[in-house]
Parts: sequence; C-alpha cells; structure tokens
Amino acid sequence: MPNVSLTVNGQQQSVQVEGRTLLVELLREKLRLTGTHVGCDTSQCGACVVHVDGESVKACTMLAVQADGSTVTTIEGLAAPDGTLHPMQEAFREYHALQCGFCTPGMVMSAVDLVHKHPQGMSEQEIREGLEGNLCRCTGYHNIVKAIAAAQEVMQGRRDALAPAEV
Amino acid sequence: MYDFAYHKPSTVAEAVGLLADPDARPISGGQTILPALKHRLDHPSALVDLSGIAELRGIRREGDRIVIGAMARHNEIQNDPAVKAAIPALAWMAGHLGDTQVRNRGTMGGSLANNDPAADYPSAALALGATFVTDRRRIAADDYFQGMFTTALEPGELLTAIEFPIPEKAGYAKMRNPASRYVMTGVFVARGPAGIRVVVNGAGPGVFRQSEMEAALAANWSPDAVASIRQSADGLNGDIHGSAEYRAHLVTVMAKRAILDAG
Repeated sequence: MPNVSLTVNGQQQSVQVEGRTLLVELLREKLRLTGTHVGCDTSQCGACVVHVDGESVKACTMLAVQADGSTVTTIEGLAAPDGTLHPMQEAFREYHALQCGFCTPGMVMSAVDLVHKHPQGMSEQEIREGLEGNLCRCTGYHNIVKAIAAAQEVMQGRRDALAPAEV
Repeated sequence: MYDFAYHKPSTVAEAVGLLADPDARPISGGQTILPALKHRLDHPSALVDLSGIAELRGIRREGDRIVIGAMARHNEIQNDPAVKAAIPALAWMAGHLGDTQVRNRGTMGGSLANNDPAADYPSAALALGATFVTDRRRIAADDYFQGMFTTALEPGELLTAIEFPIPEKAGYAKMRNPASRYVMTGVFVARGPAGIRVVVNGAGPGVFRQSEMEAALAANWSPDAVASIRQSADGLNGDIHGSAEYRAHLVTVMAKRAILDAG
C-alpha cells in the first residue's frame, strides 16, 4: 500500500493508504479531521474544500497519493492555536452566514482562498461569482456574501476589526 | 472506485513506458477521470500521475505562438500574462470553465485528451489552428478531433504541449448549464494564421466548423453578417437540459456574441 507523507494543519503525518483513497477519506477517516464534509461526492457542492499548498481544491476529487509531499490546511487548521477564530470564521459568525452549517467548512475555505487571490478586494458580484463551486441550500447566500465582504476588509488590513453586522 | 497501482514518473519517457500497459491510464488534474472512476466506468490497472514531470509544465510565448504545456492548470492559463496579452479569449475561456477549485486542479492537456463534447478548449484549439505535440509527433487540430471523447491520440500516446498561433482577433461566448457548468453551446471565432474560423462546441457530439458563418465573416466581419444564418439541428445533442433545436438556435446567438467579444 502506498505511503503518503504530508503536513496537515502544521503537523507532519505519514499514512498508509490505498491508491484509490481520496484525500477527503484520508482527512476524515485516517486523521479523524471530520470538519471537512462530503456533500455530493461529485465535485459539485464544495463542502469538502480544503487548501493544498495554498490553493482551494475539492478533497473528494483528489487522491490522497496526489497530496504526497503537500501542505494541507483544513477548517480545523484555520483558527489560531489559542482558539482565536480566523477573521473569516469570525465574520461567518457575526453575519449569521450559516443555518444548518453543512456547507460552512467548504464555504469558509473557499472564501479564504478567494480573498487571497484578490488582494485589492472584491465587489459583491465578484464574491458571488467566486463562490460558484460552493452550494448552500439554507441561507440563500446573502449573508455568506456579506460575511466575506466584511472579512476581506480585516484580512487585507483596511479595517482593524470586523464591522458589526446590521441588525 | 476499483483500486489500482499508482505511479508518479518524473520524465515523459518514463510515463510513456508505464502507459505501454494498455490498462494503465494517465491522470493529470483528475477532475474528469476521478469522477469517472468513482462510477466504475473504467477499471485501470494503474494510474500514471503526470504531475511530477517538469517538462509538461509551463506556458510561454515562442515568436508568433503561445505554447502551453499539457499539465498547465486552468488557473495558470487564465492568469498568465503572455496568454492574456496574446489571446485574451483563451485566458477568458480558462477562467470560466468549471469552478475555482476545478480550475486549481484541472489541466488543458487533460481536457483536450478527453475531448468531452461539452468541454471548452476544443473550440479554441480548432478555431486557432493549434498544433498538438505528443511524445512522438505533431498533430494539426484539423486532424486531432474525431468526435465524442475521441482524438487522434493512439493508445499510450502522451500529449505534451499545445501550440496556439497568435490570431489577429479571437472571441468566445457560451451558454453554460447553470448546475453542471458544462457548455450547452459555445462558439469560438478567430481571424488569424488559420484563416477565419467559426467553431462550435457543446452543441454536437464533437466540435465542428460553421462554414456558412465563416464565409459570411470573410465578406463582412460583424455580428450582423451571421445574424440570419441558421444552424441545422440535425445531429446536434438533445437532452434534459436543452433540445437539439435550442442548441442550434444558440449557435447563432453565441456566434454574434463571440464576434462582439473579438471586436
């Protein structure tokens, strides 16, 4: 059986897998990192999005062996070691950007990559288009878009703290 | 998914050696083959991962051509300064297929070797008169596309790069399925070294040239020139997402938009 060595959320891991083991199976079943969800298992819904070497990917459509030597970040690795939430997580909470929460880990991981790829900031339309690979069946996206718009202001240094949500 | 052996060669020669096994399959970005394997549509003895082969990567301008390594990912193509400057319609195409996560993994070579009827790149390659470079020969786009999921590639032959002559003008427009994001009908128009070409993707079992529109554009390069030309629905795809007649109608609409896009 192939051996996969990779860094997950800052920790070096070495795991025996089958050739056919998916990255998301390695994360959930071998490493017990169950924050990464499997929604559709057909690379459409985006619930399984993680970062591989800084790029957002659908972990249901990547083999574990393809991640050999890579650095992977999952939703569990986003907050600071002391538990302080990442600005994107904080914004999702502040803006009530979730209802059932199933899509949330993938939404947050996609959103963080999106902000990194648009250092000048995104318009509402750009955020909506950038989320094309993530499906939410509860909130209708409005609050997710608002949360990402607010988080990018903090992540890119235009604000020190998150703008409070209007009630 | 059935299990398989996994190989990660570091040279084209090594990969071609491994692909001599008729049951071995190459994997590039995996965005098509992995979903297919999950459905057990194929049972390969081995997957040969091409991502460790440096000579398959890279995008560069060489004189009057843009050369794109088969393993170049869609997000690299959409953001590449040379592609954006020389063939902006191709950069736009790369940035509007699949979604962000698919574009972070999927490759041009993988898409063109697969030749899905609903893929984007085949229309650009045929309209621009691209050349397909493999481990053993060069194939003109005119000879390369041979219908649904079929190309001129022989068993075990590996696509290594695609060369695009830089056109004077090129434009692309498509209607895509809002759920799957695959193309319902797309049209790529180009005026350049390969002449004036109007190529339709997504509507039929494979890409095809719309010669009536090409002749009209040769006389008058404007959306009006093609506005009254009707594509026949004979042989086009009809499915739950749209009838053959609907796709035929879209050919004219997308051609007009592509010409506007080309300027």
